[in-house]
Amino acid sequence: MRSVSVDLNNDASLLIDIPDALCERDKVKFTVHTKTTLSTFQKPEFSVPRQHEDFIWLHDTLVETEDYAGLIIPPAPPKPDFESPREKMHKLGEGEATMTKEEYAKMKQELEAEYLAVFKKTVQVHEIFLQRLSSHPMLSKDRNFQIFLEYDQDLSVRRKNAKEMFGGFFKNMVKSADEVLISGIKEVDDFFEQEKTFLLDYYSKIKDSTAKAEKMTRSHKSTTWNFFYLFIFLTLKLGKLSDLFEKLRKVEGRVASDQELKLTELLRYYMRDIQAAKDLLYRRARALADYENSNKALDKARLKSKDIPQAEEHQQQCLHKFDKLSESGKRELTGFKGRRVVAFRKNLIEMAELEIKHAKVSNIMTGSHAERTHTLLD
Amino acid sequence: MNAYMAYKVSTQTTLAMFRNKTFTVRRRFSDFLGLYEKLSEKHGPNGFIVPPPPEKSILGMTKVKVGKDDSSAADFVERRRGALERYLQRVVNHPSLLQDPDVREFLEREELPRAVSTQALSGAGFLKMINKATDAVSKMTIKMNESDVWFEEKLQEVESADQHFRKLHTLVESLVIHRKELSLNTASFAKSAAMLGSAEDNTALSRALSQLAEVEDKMEQLHQDQAANDTFSFAELIADFIRLLGAVRGSFDQRMKAWQRWQDAQAMLQKKRETEAKLLWANKPDKLQLAKEEIAEWEAKVTQYERDFERVSATVRKEVIRFELIKYWEAFLPEAKAIA
Repeated sequence: MRSVSVDLNNDASLLIDIPDALCERDKVKFTVHTKTTLSTFQKPEFSVPRQHEDFIWLHDTLVETEDYAGLIIPPAPPKPDFESPREKMHKLGEGEATMTKEEYAKMKQELEAEYLAVFKKTVQVHEIFLQRLSSHPMLSKDRNFQIFLEYDQDLSVRRKNAKEMFGGFFKNMVKSADEVLISGIKEVDDFFEQEKTFLLDYYSKIKDSTAKAEKMTRSHKSTTWNFFYLFIFLTLKLGKLSDLFEKLRKVEGRVASDQELKLTELLRYYMRDIQAAKDLLYRRARALADYENSNKALDKARLKSKDIPQAEEHQQQCLHKFDKLSESGKRELTGFKGRRVVAFRKNLIEMAELEIKHAKVSNIMTGSHAERTHTLLD
Repeated sequence: MNAYMAYKVSTQTTLAMFRNKTFTVRRRFSDFLGLYEKLSEKHGPNGFIVPPPPEKSILGMTKVKVGKDDSSAADFVERRRGALERYLQRVVNHPSLLQDPDVREFLEREELPRAVSTQALSGAGFLKMINKATDAVSKMTIKMNESDVWFEEKLQEVESADQHFRKLHTLVESLVIHRKELSLNTASFAKSAAMLGSAEDNTALSRALSQLAEVEDKMEQLHQDQAANDTFSFAELIADFIRLLGAVRGSFDQRMKAWQRWQDAQAMLQKKRETEAKLLWANKPDKLQLAKEEIAEWEAKVTQYERDFERVSATVRKEVIRFELIKYWEAFLPEAKAIA
């Protein structure tokens, strides 16, 4: 099931998916499977095992590549987070002595379901990252991307080398200088001026919505768990009306997880995506700053009548880089906007339809139960 | 001048003992408490399960306030009205209590004399009273013989039911809290989503999107609000039932008291006989006469108390059987569906 809709690769020349994954204690091992007709690859079909850190390495190398400065690099998948179900599993273990066998079994079942949901989510998010890359005309041809897909040895050696080379320097710089530089620069192009205003505002709003959606789904989860304890209790101790509670819990639980999958994930994903777009704006702003500095340097050189040809060449390089970034950036941002609106709309509508369906089910159910209770009283 | 709330009590009956077929009276909350006091005094010691009085305090066992309207007068009055109605239904459904003239008077009489000193008698006060009595009873040295096994088992059941329902109440109460939280968070999200929708580039599509998100979440919020309120009602119902279980325990305690009185009388009789024996030895004719009189007195008491105990036991047995038939259906009335 695809919940977060992005343009999946419809191009049969390079098809990627993650058909399965293993969870070993803290580490998740993804099986990345590729099917391709491109001659740049050694085989037409192959699979490799990859860890989360490998995905991060790939993302970071793409970000650090100068040639891609004018592109929106798809956001890196977040680290798999099993904190919540693991904590609950721990509590379950502690409380095992005080529970009956049936209680314990039922709770364990629920926890395993939650665990599975987190697992599915993380697989999906890693898969989408790769598919975004494979569907991008430039990024799909990246050499490191190919290595990631094909190299059948452990990538950790390469990862270490890369870290030593870049040392995460660029990333840190981006984080701190980002907002200031983007907002401070004097924009010459209307398109980018508008984009900047829009993206900065939209980012803060989507960040707020994401946080509130997360809070809401956490609340929903607690309610569902509460229902669940109630259900176990009623079944085992009192044996009455337990089937009603079970049905209610399933509906509530499904609503909670659907909301989580569709809404919160959607918001979270596009928040990261917008951050990627902002990164592009940043790189362009930096290129503009470099160009302006090179202009100043050229003026100084002309004044001093020293090193004028170097200054001129440097200025030309900066201008060229800036133009390239602007051209590519404009293309990317326009495409991005279109994709985002379509995906957002599709997912929100699907979600609304689901909620209406659940509301109906809920009402139908309680209606029939009311009849049943009356017959018992008579 | 004191303003107070009066509740309309309407009765429809075919019973001959009432003057009319339909009639209505107005009663204050303290009148209900007064009725309980009279019934408890008269019938409690005989082993009857006297239905517990309605909650006096606003929150009672369910300590959670739900929604902004919870402290509003209309909401409170409605909840109290429901509780009073349940109380009266229990009273009139009891075949023996219905025969009590105080009950008839409560339903029929135009003006009722004011009930006094009813503070100790509602909600937490009631349960505290029962618990104190139970503690006192358990301190007595009670030896069970075979005929008591049935009572022992039933008491076990009642006590275990009490435990379970208290736990159920805690669970439902925390569900109220969670639902309330969820409703707040949903509202907060709806606002944020609306703002996000408006931040979208201004196309008709984006406006439609934000409206969709907002309406959908407002619906969800209303739903949660209602659910929180219904869950609160459910919690109240459970609390009500726990108090009823307390009344059942109370009847067991009365039986114990009757038994103890009988045992004490037997012990006293034994002492008097020993005194008589001693006096026979010492040869004091006047004191001997007194001792013989006392023996006769206590023999009568022993017989009386034994008969009392048997009578109370029989009543408790009948009452408990009657209670078992209705307890679950009463507790899980259609209100249970409301928590959906």
